[in-house]
Amino acid sequence: MTSTTQPTDPLYNPKMRPIIDKIIEDSIDLDGGLMVVLNNLQSKIGYLSAPMQEYVAEALSIPVSKVHGVVSFYSFFTTVPRGKHVIKFCIGTACYVGGINQLIDKAKQVIGIEPGQTTSDGMITLEICRCVGACSQAPVVVVDEVINGRVKSSKFEKIVQNVLKEEAAA
Amino acid sequence: MAYYRSTILVSMDPICIEKGAIQIKEQIIEELKLQKIQDEVEILDIPRIGDPETEGPDILVYPEGSHYIALTTESVRPLVVEHFIKGRELKQYSARMRDLMDEEVREPKEKEVRVILENIGKIDPRNIEDYIAVDGYQALAKVLTEMTPQEVIQTILDSKLRGRGGAGFPAGLKWKFAHQAPGSPKYMVCNADEGDPGAFMNRKVLEGDPHSVIEGMVIGAYAVGSNQGYVYCRAEYPIAVSTLNIAIKQAKEYGLLGKNIMGTDFTFDLEVRMGAGAFVCGEETALIASIEGSRGEPRVRPPFPATKGLWGKPTNINNVETYANVPKIIHRGLDWYTSLGSEKSKGTKTFALAGDVSHTGLIEVPFGMTLREIIFDIGGGIKGGKGYKAVQTGGPMGGCLPTKYLDLAVDYETLGAAGSIMGSGGMVVMDEDTCMVDIARFFMEFTQEESCGKCVPCRVGTRRILEILERICAGEGIPEDIPMLRSLCDEIKQDSLCGLGQGAPNPVVSTLTHFLDEYEAHIYEKRCPAKVCRNLISYHITDNCTGCTVCARNCPVSAITGERKLLHVIDQDVCIRCGICYQVCNFDAVEVN
Ligand SMILES: Cc1cc2nc3c(=O)[nH]c(=O)nc-3n(C[C@H](O)[C@H](O)[C@H](O)COP(=O)(O)O)c2cc1C
Ligand code: SF4
Ligand code: SF4
Ligand code: SF4
Ligand code: FES
Repeated sequence: MTSTTQPTDPLYNPKMRPIIDKIIEDSIDLDGGLMVVLNNLQSKIGYLSAPMQEYVAEALSIPVSKVHGVVSFYSFFTTVPRGKHVIKFCIGTACYVGGINQLIDKAKQVIGIEPGQTTSDGMITLEICRCVGACSQAPVVVVDEVINGRVKSSKFEKIVQNVLKEEAAA
Repeated sequence: MAYYRSTILVSMDPICIEKGAIQIKEQIIEELKLQKIQDEVEILDIPRIGDPETEGPDILVYPEGSHYIALTTESVRPLVVEHFIKGRELKQYSARMRDLMDEEVREPKEKEVRVILENIGKIDPRNIEDYIAVDGYQALAKVLTEMTPQEVIQTILDSKLRGRGGAGFPAGLKWKFAHQAPGSPKYMVCNADEGDPGAFMNRKVLEGDPHSVIEGMVIGAYAVGSNQGYVYCRAEYPIAVSTLNIAIKQAKEYGLLGKNIMGTDFTFDLEVRMGAGAFVCGEETALIASIEGSRGEPRVRPPFPATKGLWGKPTNINNVETYANVPKIIHRGLDWYTSLGSEKSKGTKTFALAGDVSHTGLIEVPFGMTLREIIFDIGGGIKGGKGYKAVQTGGPMGGCLPTKYLDLAVDYETLGAAGSIMGSGGMVVMDEDTCMVDIARFFMEFTQEESCGKCVPCRVGTRRILEILERICAGEGIPEDIPMLRSLCDEIKQDSLCGLGQGAPNPVVSTLTHFLDEYEAHIYEKRCPAKVCRNLISYHITDNCTGCTVCARNCPVSAITGERKLLHVIDQDVCIRCGICYQVCNFDAVEVN
């Protein structure tokens, strides 16, 4: 058996390619369509690889450097895949006052990685984010887009267990 | 045997009775008689319906199956009238509709005046007919059939409506500039970027009453002469985006957006565009660049967007809440609107109360209310009976106001004069356990990370301030740091290109002004008075310890050892001073030094 040295890029993945093409096709005629395309790719594919960026540049007839420039400017755009589950800690003012740092310490202990890292099995990514607008429930932890409010360190452990349990059940 | 068209079941759970179920039942009988329908409606007692603690006293009405909860005797009359006479569910008390209402927007407190938040939780945001039923789109009808664009602009000018996005610029004037600006097409933009951490009123309006914003934008578009609009919403608000998209679709179906609105020859289309996590994109020129599909970097103004905005064309940008005010002003009239608020700031303002305050959530008050009324009367004061230290208004470019400003009547001018800003309406309340140097450091970290890097004073200056603050918090501050901070703040304020850099020093300047003693304690005594800065404190376990092991199990670095039922000990070399043990101990056995 031969192993490929190149990891498969979504662009060359037969399941994902049509999704990518559809997203581009839908927005190609929009004014300012680049942001729309990148946002949709980020949310449907999960990240914006270098080949994907080049592909978008060509499709929209704009320089690759401009696409890189836009991708690197916005914090929502990532260029490497994240873990299957993303746990985000809000470090907005209300959550900071509400003790989010203690939860981050707790997470480092429970999961064994720092924010910005992904577990070696590719299961969980820890991230920090800005105010998600749920400040009255501070401190807030977002798990795969679901907002968990008033998280204490014991509740946090439960949240992580739930993620793992769901995964085991799936 | 009598024929009843409806049946009311009243919960007679002991807790409901204690909360007045019997009086409510009697009141219902009275009201039914008053409406002369006592023979059509049957009333029965049942043991229990919903959770009496949270929902009692409650009733169930058949055949509709409507569950009305948390009733009061005052609620009975409107309930009977709405449900039995007008034949529609009374939303405030309906359990089904209550699901839409949540702890983020509670029932208004006595001193509140709800204009912008009025419909939130009371109408179904995904059903345009709910909005129409509360007089929605009537203002638009009036504008399109009875008013010229000039008259609309004059009305908004006379209302003295000021932009709610931060700067408080008169909305009517902005519309006038955009109206007069040569060039076409013209664009209407709604700023829904709401980046201030601690603020979420725009999200709530978009999620709970999206049509009020759409209606305001269409009216504005008619006044300015625009046929295309964009709502720029931050990516952190996916529910707001989807709700808005549904609302836009329905408005199109009802002929309230798109071609020939309400049968006139006025055409206006609206699209939602999403940000991607850059705070600076809330600044109007950066926002425009972002919609255009570029990096969201601000540019020098003038030219202002009113003359040269989106794709170089005249563009009007207002905040979500600014637009949401417009239909109310037109529909209810200038006299009503200008009767609310202070001399220079008319109407109401929504605020997001967060931090160490008892009732967090959204509130709405007329301009001119004092901070004390807002934080103590409406917000219920400081959580856990602690002392008040400061309130931070205006987000990362705002300031911290100590006790002596509690009687300040809040509007754009007064907050500015006190060294803070209105911003978009975030209010983070801080109790005595908050370290103000740490808070200044926190905000500087925010602005430093969010600086787009285009101009040097902001990019380099925020970095240097942050370094100094980090040193002070770590107990390595030197006396020269304070004058150095002051001069750096001056420079950044003076020389930065956009509002982010110009406002970035505010949290530092305001804490230096009001809490200099805390800076000095860190620098001269290597002491953090609020016991927050990790390098300057240590945790110890006292004799109160019962050996319950809770702290040891929760310590993230396993710094605590001890046998069950015996005194526990913290290994200071391992401890990272996170404070979790202090928080979880139920016996007050952990102390901070
Ligand atoms: C760094 C920065 C961030 C801003 N963020 C927002 C925001 O999130 N929402 C907003 O409405 N205005 C924001 N503004 C103000 C806008 O530039 C602009 O003044 C506002 O959208 C105008 O609308 P208004 O007149 O209705 O307030 C921000 C300004 C700066 C300098
Ligand atoms: S002041 Fe800061 S955020 Fe504004 S343009 Fe300059 S570097 Fe960018
Ligand atoms: S939680 Fe408190 S009482 Fe329990 S072991 Fe720790 S210090 Fe002792
Ligand atoms: S402060 Fe944190 S690290 Fe230190 S002993 Fe307590 S729980 Fe452990
Ligand atoms: S500060 Fe965390 S949700 Fe707003």
